Amino acid sequence: MAKGSDLDVAYVAKLARLNLSDAETELFQKQLGHVLNYADKLRGVDVSDVEAAAHAIPIFNVFREDEPRDWFTAEEALSNAPRQANGLFIVTKVVE
Amino acid sequence: MTGKELPASNIADLQSLLRRREISPREVLDVLRARIEDVDGKIDAYLSTDFEATAKQAEKADVDLLLGGVPIAIKDIISVAGQPCTCASKILQGYRAPYDATVIRKLRAAGAIPFGKTNMDEFAMGSSTENSGLKLTRNPWDLSRVPGGSSGGSAAAVAADEAFAGLGTDTGGSIRQPASFSGVVGLKPTYGRVSRFGLVAFASSLDQVGPLTKTVRDAGLIMNAIAGHDPQDSTCLNAPVPDYTAALGRDLRGIRLGLPKEYMIEGIDPQVKSAIDAAIAQFETLGAEIVDVSLPQTDYAIAVYYILATAEASANLARFDGVRYGHRAENPKDLLDHYGRTREEGFGPEVKRRIILGTYVLSSGYYDAYYLRAQKVRELIRQDFAKAFKKVDALISPTSPVPAFKLGERTDDPLQMYLADIFTSPANLAGICGISVPCGFAESDGHRLPIGLQLLGKALDEARILQIAHAYEQSTDWHKARPPIAASMRNG
Repeated sequence: MAKGSDLDVAYVAKLARLNLSDAETELFQKQLGHVLNYADKLRGVDVSDVEAAAHAIPIFNVFREDEPRDWFTAEEALSNAPRQANGLFIVTKVVE
Repeated sequence: MTGKELPASNIADLQSLLRRREISPREVLDVLRARIEDVDGKIDAYLSTDFEATAKQAEKADVDLLLGGVPIAIKDIISVAGQPCTCASKILQGYRAPYDATVIRKLRAAGAIPFGKTNMDEFAMGSSTENSGLKLTRNPWDLSRVPGGSSGGSAAAVAADEAFAGLGTDTGGSIRQPASFSGVVGLKPTYGRVSRFGLVAFASSLDQVGPLTKTVRDAGLIMNAIAGHDPQDSTCLNAPVPDYTAALGRDLRGIRLGLPKEYMIEGIDPQVKSAIDAAIAQFETLGAEIVDVSLPQTDYAIAVYYILATAEASANLARFDGVRYGHRAENPKDLLDHYGRTREEGFGPEVKRRIILGTYVLSSGYYDAYYLRAQKVRELIRQDFAKAFKKVDALISPTSPVPAFKLGERTDDPLQMYLADIFTSPANLAGICGISVPCGFAESDGHRLPIGLQLLGKALDEARILQIAHAYEQSTDWHKARPPIAASMRNG
């Protein structure tokens, strides 16, 4: 397992699309370093024959009929939109 | 019963008044509203209430239904149509839920009235409710202390008699630990027992909705209303729902309770230790047999929990992008600036910290070392419990190693805050059910601070842990104690 010091908070923040101030970056670097050092104890566990548990109580193959149902109207779907017009979400420009 | 005493009622007592037509659902709601106006300025348990719309519901309520006319406080992470759902985050300020969560639909079908939303740690990330981005909630037993978290608002509201009962969510202890700190009952159902459709997701393999109540019976009553299969939540178990109150009142002869030796760690407050020892002696008096058991992987649970929970959170919180709902940064210069600033401005420090940690443990080169390894150790933790439940009916431990701590005492050290979940998070990792019931008080600076006893049961064995908890509760007076704020208001 990698050492906690491998964590580069500024780089990971870019991956997470989350701006951080310099002060936050520095603070999180220190605090999460402690957390990752604590998590290093998992290196001591023998997991060679263990299957990973994604869920504690596995359920497989949950299907339903693919049928239309009554759900939101466009107006309801837009009711919390930060910006909207003509029944559409107005988004930040994504193409030049 | 006068208007001043009524708010202290549990659900069962309130229902006998309602069904004898000694009080109407509308009058109950009015009394509760007055109570909240009286005390919530000191406690700050609520983020919002909606007495206008709910008064109309109360006037139509059928008191003969399972929870007919009973107002219930809802943690502000569960969608109630038309009411705010902020998750105590600035990123969702102003957001109103356009639909009811399945648990709310079920509560309404049972006649209950979801009238208000309670404070919490932002997106349920925390153990003290201090991570709320909107306000600080205080412990009704000592206003200088935290109510626990993350469902601290619901716990404090029930404790201060400004709710008859509440709903919370439990991802690593967020129902049981605030129940313990605030001196109320809190049940975390088995993973998948209660639908999560309409619950804002934090860690999808761990989250579960459950009740916070004044008595064990009330927790069973609420479970009768909310448990069961939901085609809209593919993780919801399709298993029969028993009557959770049917076994209440049975004695404990033949019941075997396991005492995990790994839970008797250094660092348990001596007053917590002696309260648990006394409870164990009480269980023996009641006819239960106490058996020593071992959960060898206990020491790894917090590390596993914080890797998996943050990984899942980083993925779940990607949806808060300022496009369809929630806060959006002003005048973004491009799309990356839009995302980066929207999330910087909207999320508080603990949420940011967890997004960073979760993104890191899932990132290329670290996935196997952290995330995959943690999932494997999770499987070992699950097996520990499976082995223990071959020998015993339930496990017994403190809910938290310490009573409620002071506001601000642990906020500078996230790792210390995380370690508060040591006895509760293993149950979420294993998917099993657990309950916290009051079992005594610690004395500190002239205040009585509640202590909680945790009972853990195997998957879908809620009826059993409710039966065991009820037998204990009814043989003690702990659940009858009210915090000073409740007493002073009632006499005032």
